[in-house]
Amino acid sequence: MLKINNLHASVEDKSILKGINLEIKAGEVHAIMGPNGSGKSTLASVVAGKEEYEVTDGTILLEGEDIEELAAEERAHKGIFLSFQYPVEIPGVSVTNFMKTAINANRKAKGLEDMPANEMLKLIREKSEMLEIDRKFLSRSLNEGFSGGEKKRNEIFQMAMLEPKLAILDETDSGLDIDALRIVANGVNKLKSKDNAVLVITHYQRLLDYIVPDFVHVLYNGKIVKSGGKELAHELEEKGYDWIKEEVNA
Amino acid sequence: MSKYTEDDLREELKTKEYEYGFYTDIKSDTFPIGLNEDIVRAISKKKEEPEWMTQWRLEAFKVWQEMQEPDWANVHYKKPDFQAIAYYSAPTSVDPNKTLDDVDPDLLAMYKKLGISVDEQKKMNNIAMDIVVDSVSVATTFKKTLAEKGIIFMSISEAIKEHPELVKKYLGTVVPQKDNFYAALNSAVFSDGSFCYIPKGVKCPMELSTYFRINQAGTGQFERTLVIADEGSYVSYLEGCTAPSRDENQLHAAVVELIALDDAEIKYSTVQNWFPGNAEGKGGVYNFVTKRGLCEKNAKISWTQVETGSAVTWKYPSCVLKGDNSVGEFYSIAVTNNYQQADTGTKMIHLGKNTKSTIISKGISAGKSQNSYRGLVQVSSRAENARNFSQCDSLLMGNECGAHTFPYIEAKNKTAQIEHEATTSKIGEDQIFYCNQRGIDTEKAIALIVNGFSKDVLNKLPMEFAVEAQKLLEISLEGSVG
Repeated sequence: MLKINNLHASVEDKSILKGINLEIKAGEVHAIMGPNGSGKSTLASVVAGKEEYEVTDGTILLEGEDIEELAAEERAHKGIFLSFQYPVEIPGVSVTNFMKTAINANRKAKGLEDMPANEMLKLIREKSEMLEIDRKFLSRSLNEGFSGGEKKRNEIFQMAMLEPKLAILDETDSGLDIDALRIVANGVNKLKSKDNAVLVITHYQRLLDYIVPDFVHVLYNGKIVKSGGKELAHELEEKGYDWIKEEVNA
Repeated sequence: MSKYTEDDLREELKTKEYEYGFYTDIKSDTFPIGLNEDIVRAISKKKEEPEWMTQWRLEAFKVWQEMQEPDWANVHYKKPDFQAIAYYSAPTSVDPNKTLDDVDPDLLAMYKKLGISVDEQKKMNNIAMDIVVDSVSVATTFKKTLAEKGIIFMSISEAIKEHPELVKKYLGTVVPQKDNFYAALNSAVFSDGSFCYIPKGVKCPMELSTYFRINQAGTGQFERTLVIADEGSYVSYLEGCTAPSRDENQLHAAVVELIALDDAEIKYSTVQNWFPGNAEGKGGVYNFVTKRGLCEKNAKISWTQVETGSAVTWKYPSCVLKGDNSVGEFYSIAVTNNYQQADTGTKMIHLGKNTKSTIISKGISAGKSQNSYRGLVQVSSRAENARNFSQCDSLLMGNECGAHTFPYIEAKNKTAQIEHEATTSKIGEDQIFYCNQRGIDTEKAIALIVNGFSKDVLNKLPMEFAVEAQKLLEISLEGSVG
């Protein structure tokens, strides 16, 4: 699904990613953990195609295709989805209108007609029920006045609507109380299949109790310094990151 | 408030491709250029007007000659040479006995481009069309339905002949001949326009709609509109314009007068898309418009406008709240791109007791354009308990455009309550990236953000118009990303 080789990236000439290697296969859930400032969110942004980040070396392959030259929306059309750590507000644009625009933009890229209104309604109903979202919520302006939990739930709702091949969840657990966390995680689990993949970026192990990863990677100073199974997450929870830093610096 | 809900999805209409920049070659009967008393008389004669109308025009012409073109607005342009303009132009193929089926095929093709083909008009229920091409109305539909209710909806030329008592009584009562330079010019040479009268207690069953076009090269267009809502009546009036690409400046100086008698309500909506000039700022329409409404007791007038066109716009739809408890509203979206300049806003003149006014203005500036809001809220000494709320929001795109706000407040009664809110924001890269990440390209993302910003005003437009206006906002801002 996703193959990252020796990825180096910088922003405003500051080198942040310093040689990342990562392969995610269809049907897998990977988690990236690491201390603050290790480059986790940068990795998410680079894969999603944020312009400020410059790839200085290495490749990103999505299903064998080099996506380096593709604009962010083209990557989205190919099935990359990023659940933002800090979703932005768009005043006056309802969640429904935003989703309709996004879905039809993705369909257009695939040469399909706009989704018929009744089909769209059915999809909205189904996915909002799955994520226990009040339908009134969908008429509100996108992220405007949303609580932290509502913002994150809205991100996962969008993921459910767009059905991506690769979903990157950037700190989706931050700002969520335990009930919201469970709902969001359940949603992600229901969306999981043998044909898609999930990359969870998180600081804490908490989310991984609900979305159980097949692989856990530790990112430190722009490199993956340790990989393992889900037990690695528990070990990090217990011992913190200092022992990893020591290992690396030794 | 975001009103786009699932219900809207169900109701969603197919949007029409909106085009501008085409030119249909129709033989026109154009006067020689220049302006003098003889031309004014000739226009009046051509239109077979009664003597009182000719005299009225001549009075206006005399006043105009003494007046100076105003220069206080925040716009800069080369003053038009008023002697280099032809003041009358009518498609030659007009014949009052013709039915719609007999209309010049070129004209029909043009209506099609405008998205108002005859077929469509018939299908679009609840909309009566009085189409103005250049200066003469060529077709009027739905007249019968309206006539049954006693509603008069016709060109102002016809009204001068058929209902002189109404025209004589109200013409120039809200915008006098000497009101301002352009109003005086319009009063002298107005070519045609619409007239509408709603009798006492009648609710007009459909939206009345007029499409204005400028078609003839070098022909100034001087529309005159007069809407009278008699006691307790209601009417919603739509005005929409497109104009073909032209390499020279075209002058447009319209006058619109609204009269809402006791307990009457007029809703006047405009979508304005005159040719704005090309990306280098060449060409484009000069739009110098005087629009004003008078409210008697308990009456209400709402102006809603979406302004995307014109090279230079000078326009302040206003309300004179003369009667007690009368209400004035102004909802506006003004978009400027490239080298466009707009100085637009409103005047709310509170004369009666317990009068209320609301102003919501949304300015969107892109390219190297300048967008100014200019508004006056005036409360006279006898206007007890007058209230006004104003909100002026500006959205900037890029670093080379300008947004300006000039609010004027004059309160002579201490019971007045006046509120003014203003914001200025810029479309953020984070917002655009967020949309991109969901598969929405940058152009579409900007359209979405702009539509969201304009929502409060778009919601005030009738449904069919709102869809068109939304499309227009997108077209107007195309290529503004850089």
